[in-house]
Amino acid sequence: MKYLIEENCLTIFLPKEVDHHQAEEIRKTADSVIGEHHIKYVIFDFAETEFMDSSGIGAIMGRYRMIQLIGGEVWAVHTNPRIKKILTFSGVTKIMKIYEEDEK
Amino acid sequence: MKNTNEMEIIFDSRSANERFARVAVAAFLTQLNPTVEEVSDVKTAVSEAVTNAIIHGYDNELQKIAVKCQIKGNVFVVIVKDDGVGISDVEQAMLPMFTTKPDQDRSGMGFSFMEVFMDKIEVQSSLGEGTTVRMEKTIGKGRKVWNEQSL
Repeated sequence: MKYLIEENCLTIFLPKEVDHHQAEEIRKTADSVIGEHHIKYVIFDFAETEFMDSSGIGAIMGRYRMIQLIGGEVWAVHTNPRIKKILTFSGVTKIMKIYEEDEK
Repeated sequence: MKNTNEMEIIFDSRSANERFARVAVAAFLTQLNPTVEEVSDVKTAVSEAVTNAIIHGYDNELQKIAVKCQIKGNVFVVIVKDDGVGISDVEQAMLPMFTTKPDQDRSGMGFSFMEVFMDKIEVQSSLGEGTTVRMEKTIGKGRKVWNEQSL
């Protein structure tokens, strides 16, 4: 899994498909990085992602639960309309903000 | 009845097969000429049902899952069957956010996703015998037939 650490901010570059199978790896990697690097902000980058199901939602919620204890935040970037629909419908947008880029 | 078709696949309850199941179902669905949105909807629903069978039905034990697809006119039917532990209270299981495994990062949204992305869902389950989820979706709803339009 690709990720980037900048100070207390972790960006996770999500794979093409985020299902239960992939979510396991995201969870393991993210949790060890969050613990080791005192991460407060987690950014989920959906640039490559074409598919996500409720297991992806579970993975986001789980990471939120970890970092909210220290007042952290989770963000979503580069979401396509399908991903946005999934995020909105699941209600996860109540805890995670979607970063909207300026209209070109 | 013309325009009927059927297929069935049986595979191991490995998480790697979640992708296989939804891609196989999507490939079978293409003969109905679905929109990209309709394909995504069906893929999501299949993924949810198969994931449920793996995590809850079999509790990550290696067993078999059967996915059957039927085409009846423009209605697409997907049936996902496991022979796992079964669900004690189906109504409760289908509530949004309800999960028996919150510690394992489960969102409790699986059945809600199936309900919202498909037109119809029926769940049959008996303890110790397994669960069958039957979902239906009409493909091409509200889409104008090309030759009805004036040129």
